[in-house]
Amino acid sequence: MAKVKVGDWDKIIELKDVCKSYDGKMVVKNLSLAIKRGAFVTLLGPSGCGKTTTLRMIAGFEEADSGTIFLEKQDVTEIPPHKRPINTVFQKYALFPHLNVYGNIAYGLKLKRIEETDPNAPAGKQVKTRKFTRAEIAEKVQRALKLVGLEGYEQRDVTSLSGGQQQRVAIARALVLQPKVLLLDEPLGALDLKMRKEMQLELMEMHKKLGITFVYVTHDQEEALTMSDYIVVMKDGVVQQIGSPKAIYDEPANAFVADFIGESNIISGTMIEDYKVRFLDTDFKCLDKNFNKNEEVDVVIRPEDIKITDVEKGMLEGKVVSQVFKGTFYEMNVLAGDYEFTVQSTESRDVGEEVGISVKPNGIHIMKKMLVANEFVTEMDSDESIDINGVSFNVFNNGNFRQGDKVKASVSLDDIILTDYEEEGIVGGNIVQTVYKGSYFQVQVAADNNCDFWLDSDDEWDIGDRVGIQIKPESFVLEKITEEEAANE
Amino acid sequence: MNNSKLSKQMFALPYAILAVVFVIIPLVIMMFTAFVDGNGSFTFDNFLNFGNADVWKVLGRSFIMAFLTTVICLVLAYPTAMILANSRLNKSATIVMLFVLPMWINSLLRIYAVKLIFEDMLGRGFGLVLLGMVYDFFPFMLMPLYTILANMDHSYIEAAEDLGASPLKNFLTVILPLSVPGIISGVLMVFMPTVSTFAVSDILGNPDTYMFGNLINYNMEKGYYNLGSAYSIVMLALIGITTLIANRITAVRGGKK
Repeated sequence: MAKVKVGDWDKIIELKDVCKSYDGKMVVKNLSLAIKRGAFVTLLGPSGCGKTTTLRMIAGFEEADSGTIFLEKQDVTEIPPHKRPINTVFQKYALFPHLNVYGNIAYGLKLKRIEETDPNAPAGKQVKTRKFTRAEIAEKVQRALKLVGLEGYEQRDVTSLSGGQQQRVAIARALVLQPKVLLLDEPLGALDLKMRKEMQLELMEMHKKLGITFVYVTHDQEEALTMSDYIVVMKDGVVQQIGSPKAIYDEPANAFVADFIGESNIISGTMIEDYKVRFLDTDFKCLDKNFNKNEEVDVVIRPEDIKITDVEKGMLEGKVVSQVFKGTFYEMNVLAGDYEFTVQSTESRDVGEEVGISVKPNGIHIMKKMLVANEFVTEMDSDESIDINGVSFNVFNNGNFRQGDKVKASVSLDDIILTDYEEEGIVGGNIVQTVYKGSYFQVQVAADNNCDFWLDSDDEWDIGDRVGIQIKPESFVLEKITEEEAANE
Repeated sequence: MNNSKLSKQMFALPYAILAVVFVIIPLVIMMFTAFVDGNGSFTFDNFLNFGNADVWKVLGRSFIMAFLTTVICLVLAYPTAMILANSRLNKSATIVMLFVLPMWINSLLRIYAVKLIFEDMLGRGFGLVLLGMVYDFFPFMLMPLYTILANMDHSYIEAAEDLGASPLKNFLTVILPLSVPGIISGVLMVFMPTVSTFAVSDILGNPDTYMFGNLINYNMEKGYYNLGSAYSIVMLALIGITTLIANRITAVRGGKK
C-alpha cells in the first residue's frame, strides 16, 4: 500500500482534509487542495458547491470544523483574518460608505506596521516596526489608483461611483497592501457583460504584472476558462477535477465536469474494445482505451465537434428539431434515435430536415460511469450464501430466500473492504485502476474469479497490488428475480 | 395615474386634520398668549422673566439632567445593542423584546415603582431622578441602536478585518462611524423628552431638582398662561436648535468625509 505523494511545487496555500458544515449540513467535505505560488486559480462550481466557503476559510472568516489550512507551510487554521497576509475583493465590494476613495484605499495602509532595520542601532534593537508616514500612504494610494485606472478619484465619494469603478476601488484597496494572496469572491458578478469582459482582461493583466497569487471564485465557466492558470471544479463540497482550462475542457474527469464546463452531449454507451465505442446502436472510433470489454460508459461530445452532413454521408441519421442563430454560428437540436443532440454549425438547416451527424474520433470523449453500487445477478448457493463467479459470499438472509433462488445482489462502493494480505479476503485480486475523486479514491479490483469489484477507499493503492476482498454478509442487498430476468441481465 | 396620486394623498388627510387641530392651532394660540398680558394687550414682559437668574438656573439644571440621562443611556445601551445585534445570541429577537417590554407599562407606573424600591435607599433628589430618567428612557436609546447594528452589512466588518483591523480598530473605524445615525436618533429620542419632563422630578425629586418642565407646569396649573406660553416657546426653540445641530451632524456623516 502506498502513501499519497505530495507534489513538489511551491505551495503558497495548502488545505488538508478540511470539513465545514452549517446547521448539520456538510458544505465542504474532506477538501484537500494545494495552490501554487503566483498562479491564477479559479474555484468553479454551481451555487452551493462550497467554493465560497472554501475561499472564506482561506481568508479566515469561517473556521474549519476539522482539517488544517497552511499558508507558506505555517498552520493558519486558527489565525484571525486581520493577521493573515491575505486580502479579499468582496462580491458586493464592501467599500466603506463613510470614507471617500482615498480613505478606503488608505484604510489598510494606516493600520499596517512595517519592519525596518537600522544598522546603527544597538544589537537586538536593529529591527523596529513603524507605521507608514502620511507621504508614503499618499504615494501608495496614488500608485494603486493608477494601477486600476482611477487617477484623480481620491476625493470622490464611493457611493457616487459606478459599479465598475467601485470594483476597481475594491481591487486597489486590497492590492495596495501587497498581499501574498488575493482572494476574489465572484467580483464581476454585478457588472454588465461588456464591463465584465474588460475587467477580466484587466485582472489578468494585473496578475501577470504583480505576480501575486490570485484565488478566484466564480460559477461562470467561461470566465474561469478565460482567466485561470488552473481550475478547481467543485460539486457538493467535493473537488471533481483540478487542471488547466484546456485539460478540463478537453478531458473532463466525469460527466458532471463535462456538463458544467461548456455545453455537452452526454450519451450512455458501451466500450466494445480499445478505440471502439457503441452508442445509439452505432459503432464509433474513439481515442480511448483501457476499458473493460463491454463496459458501460458515458460518451461526451461537444456541440462544436459534431458535423451536420447530408443524410447519406452521416454516421447517424437525425432530424432538426429547432435552430437558433447565435451571431457567429447556428445552434440546433437534432433528434437521432431517442437522443437529442445540441449541435453548433456554421451552416443553417431547415427545421424538420433530415440530416446526417458525424463526429471525428477526437471529438468523442469516453468517461467512466459514476458508480453507486456493484451488482451481481446470480443465485443462492445455500440458504446463507450467494455464488459470485464460483466464489461463495455469505449473505444475511432474513428468511425470504432459499437455496437455488435467482437473486440480484448489490453492494455499495463503501462496503467493500480491501486487505493488504490476499489470504485475509474472501477472494484475492489485483488493483486495476484507481481514480482520485477529490477526497477519496475509486478503486477497481479484478478478482481471481474473473469478476470486477468497484469500491471507494480512503487509501491510495498501487496498480497491480495484490489484495484481499472482504464483504460483510449484511452489506449485500438481495432482491429476488425471475428466471427470465436473470437470463436477460 | 393622476387619480391614484390623489387617492394616496387622501390617506394623509386624517392625520393632517389631527395635526392642525392638536399641533398647529395650539402652537398659534401659544404664540399669541406668549406675547400678550392678562388684559390681552401686546407685550414682551413675559420674556423679561428670563432676566431672573433662578429661571436660568432651572433651565440649566434641566439641560444637565437631560445631558446626563442621555450619556448614561448611550453608554449602557450601546454595548447592550451590540450583544443583542449578534444574531447567534438573539436568534428570534426575543431578548430584544424583553428589553423593550417595560415600554408597554405606563411610564408613571414605572416611576412609582422606582420610587417604592429606591426611595429608602437613595432618598429623594438628583440621584433618584437620574435613575428614574435612565430607567424610563433606556428603551428609546436601545431600539435605534439595535436596529442600526442588527441591519449593518456584515461585509463592512469583514472588509475591515481583512484589511488588518483588530477587533478594537474595527469598532472604532468602521462599526462606530457607521452607527452614528442610530446614535443621533437615540440621543434625540432621549434628550428631547427628558429636557422637558416634569413628572419624574415631581415624583422622585426634591426642591433642588426643580426642572424647566416643572416651571412650565406650575405656571399653567396656576393659570399664568402668558408666562407659561413664553417659557414653552423658549423650550421649543432650544429643542429645535438641538435637533437641527444633530441632523446636521447626521447629514455630514451620512454624506461623506
